[in-house]
Amino acid sequence: MASAMLSTFHACKPKGAGAAVSGDAAEKVYVAPGKYDEFYNFVSGGFSGQLSVYGLPSGRLLRVIPVFSLDPEKGWGFSEETKPMLETSHGNVPWDDLHHVQLSKTDGNYDGRWVFVNANNTPRIARVDLTTFRTAEVLELPNSGGNHSSPYITENTEYVVAGTRFSVPLDGESGDVPINTFKKNFRGTLSFVSVNKDNGNMELAFQIETPGVNYDLSRAGKGTSHGWFFFSTYNTEQANTLLEVNASKNDKDFILAVNWKKAEEYLKAGKGKKVTGLKYAHNTYDEKSHTAKTSFNTETIVLKAEELEGLCYYIPCPKSPHGVDVDPTGEYIVGSGKLAAVIPVFSFAKMQKAIQEKQFEGKFGGIPIIKYESALYGEVQKPGLGPLHTEFDGRGNAITSFFVSSELVKWNIKDLKVLDRTPTFYSTGHLMIPGGDTKNPEGKYVIAYNKITKDRFLPTGPELAQSAQLFDISGDKMQLLLDFPTIGEPHYAQAIKAEKVKDKSVKIFKIEENTSPFVAKGDKDARVERKGNQVHVYLTSIRSHFTPDNIEGVQLGDEVYFHVTNIEQDWDMPHGFAVKGAKNGELLIMPGETQTLKWVPDRVGVFPFYCTDFCSALHQEMQGYIRISKKGNNVPLIYSLGTNQPQEKTN
Amino acid sequence: MKTTSHLSAVHRILLILSGLALVAVIFLPIWRIELDAAQYPEGLELQIYSNKLAGQVDIINGLNHYIGMKTLHAEDFIEFKVLPYIILFFALAFLLTGFVQNRKLLYGLFFCFLLFGVAALVDFYIWEYNYGHQLDPSAPIKVPGMSYQPPLIGYKQLLNFGAYSIPDIGGWIFILCGIILAFCTVREWQNNKTLKLKSYEKL
Repeated sequence: MASAMLSTFHACKPKGAGAAVSGDAAEKVYVAPGKYDEFYNFVSGGFSGQLSVYGLPSGRLLRVIPVFSLDPEKGWGFSEETKPMLETSHGNVPWDDLHHVQLSKTDGNYDGRWVFVNANNTPRIARVDLTTFRTAEVLELPNSGGNHSSPYITENTEYVVAGTRFSVPLDGESGDVPINTFKKNFRGTLSFVSVNKDNGNMELAFQIETPGVNYDLSRAGKGTSHGWFFFSTYNTEQANTLLEVNASKNDKDFILAVNWKKAEEYLKAGKGKKVTGLKYAHNTYDEKSHTAKTSFNTETIVLKAEELEGLCYYIPCPKSPHGVDVDPTGEYIVGSGKLAAVIPVFSFAKMQKAIQEKQFEGKFGGIPIIKYESALYGEVQKPGLGPLHTEFDGRGNAITSFFVSSELVKWNIKDLKVLDRTPTFYSTGHLMIPGGDTKNPEGKYVIAYNKITKDRFLPTGPELAQSAQLFDISGDKMQLLLDFPTIGEPHYAQAIKAEKVKDKSVKIFKIEENTSPFVAKGDKDARVERKGNQVHVYLTSIRSHFTPDNIEGVQLGDEVYFHVTNIEQDWDMPHGFAVKGAKNGELLIMPGETQTLKWVPDRVGVFPFYCTDFCSALHQEMQGYIRISKKGNNVPLIYSLGTNQPQEKTN
Repeated sequence: MKTTSHLSAVHRILLILSGLALVAVIFLPIWRIELDAAQYPEGLELQIYSNKLAGQVDIINGLNHYIGMKTLHAEDFIEFKVLPYIILFFALAFLLTGFVQNRKLLYGLFFCFLLFGVAALVDFYIWEYNYGHQLDPSAPIKVPGMSYQPPLIGYKQLLNFGAYSIPDIGGWIFILCGIILAFCTVREWQNNKTLKLKSYEKL
């Protein structure tokens, strides 16, 4: 009787969100062995500081590109050549938190040249080159604290922006102020970084100084709204403590609309203020010399938002907006208030009209606030709980992620009606449709990047993977196809058709173009040289030996620099290099490349070194010895391969 | 008797065109050896021109060190110095034969061209034999009784590599020129015989 009652009660309980996967899901994500995926998916590595590359629709991990964090696997930040890439005004910073991914655009569509990513902790923007899938450039940002609303870009990659998440006193000694003087002394800067059309080189073009609030996310206008940039703000309460409560008081925060074409005019007219005495690092990696270098900049030009009419406007947006997303036409701007019960959709045309007719409801920090209704196109009613981000399918629909109610919701941009909703597992942050922020989205899939996985995969102790969930959106209903775990924490991601990238992929570096000062272009260049207490070993590696592979005459107290050139010119033929007791890492050297490992021996003896990448049938033979003698002894500096130097004495 | 020494207009045009085509052969790859292995799904290629080696020579040399094969260098071959001149000689000889009305010259050219073709193949075979057999005794990979002579023409498995040896575009042109020359020679010989017969009948 009791058990019957129990089962009856169980039957009354609504079914959980264990969404069914329909029969043809496997077929839709199956990419046969040896076949290529349709899309490259560049996924932020979150607190790993790296950028991961997955294939879609298979969800196969293709590569992890080291950007802001050390990567001992690839020698990133360990080789002498790559160390400058992690340089900042604070010194060498070995880690960061990579949140957002932006593929470079031409005419509002992905052009497959570069990926820009942001460092959230020590504010920086990096550019990854899609011919090498390597980080080519890192630019630090002054006057910033927490670079979150970044690295969103304009429709022709004119600018990559960075908005400070934490408003802070501006850099310099005047920044030593009491924390509770936030309202008076803390400022929010928006950095506009220009990108060179030919080589991608970044430069801090100008900063806009605004009242102190938290900048969360941003998007450039496109099409009709090209020339404008939209930043979401929260903490317009200007609280400096217990933000959880104190920054959630206002019914509405703001979206800040910035007219960056106007900013360019003001700059030309000399309205910018040159700020000096700054220090921020600019790191570039040269693929010819295979070497990075750091230069420090000391100044920038600042435009003060409240002093320059027509540069900035606030649009009220309910409850601490997170995502601010612009539809493919550029007309509709979607704000996602984290704690709001509706999704407001703003109209660019209405906003322009409101500015012309001065339909303002006052000012905040000297910047006009457009009336909410004057800029509003309409509100999506009862969309879900905790809207965060919106992407577009190119068929007039938007899909919004909901963190609290853990779902994706599809709605129509024109009539603002909810069309479909599907649960996610669990608590989606960002979502991504391939090309979902471009003028021409490829509305075939949507991916939810989830913060919590709990029971979705085999348990691995308290620390679990986060995940991506792939849905088919080609039909009316979103259909779950695949879960796959990701590295770090996936925030934003973007995906591009493989054709736009794959044929440009570099296979080898040409040895004759190698301009490294430490290159050995062939065995005849291989040598060992002493310069004071530095010993420079110019090694070549080719299947299956190092030249030289016997080295003597090095003394305790010497610093040894192994400059290893991989003289292979064959695709997929890297060699590695590791030496016993090295306190840094290994080298992984691509064909035609030179990389340097610094090694400071700590005792006398003979130390083996070897190739770490299983390069060939005789890989295990690819090894050598270096002898370390006591300081001041008379062992001559000699090196050899194949024949013993000096000639063996018979005992 | 003068008429009997004339070549037909068609044959003359064919010979002149062949002569011009042979000039092109000097600059085109004549022979190719394609190599396939599990690790090289995209294949490796060695192309032989009249004056040089092309394709992935360095990669093939790198791989060949395992079996102790001598590395290939164009400057080691006298062939690459003389071959362009020999082909040029034949190109001019074709043109000359096309312009000069002499059947004996045609027969002579056919004989020389045939002889050259055979000699070139023999030379290529010896070349392959030497490289395939003269191996460094200290090579890392030694398979008892194994030699690595690539096929003269066609396919052969050499350890993990499949070697496929075939004429390249220049080689095919060369062969076509030979066939045209043979055709012209035979036809002219036949014409000549009937003409002679007719001349006898008139007498």
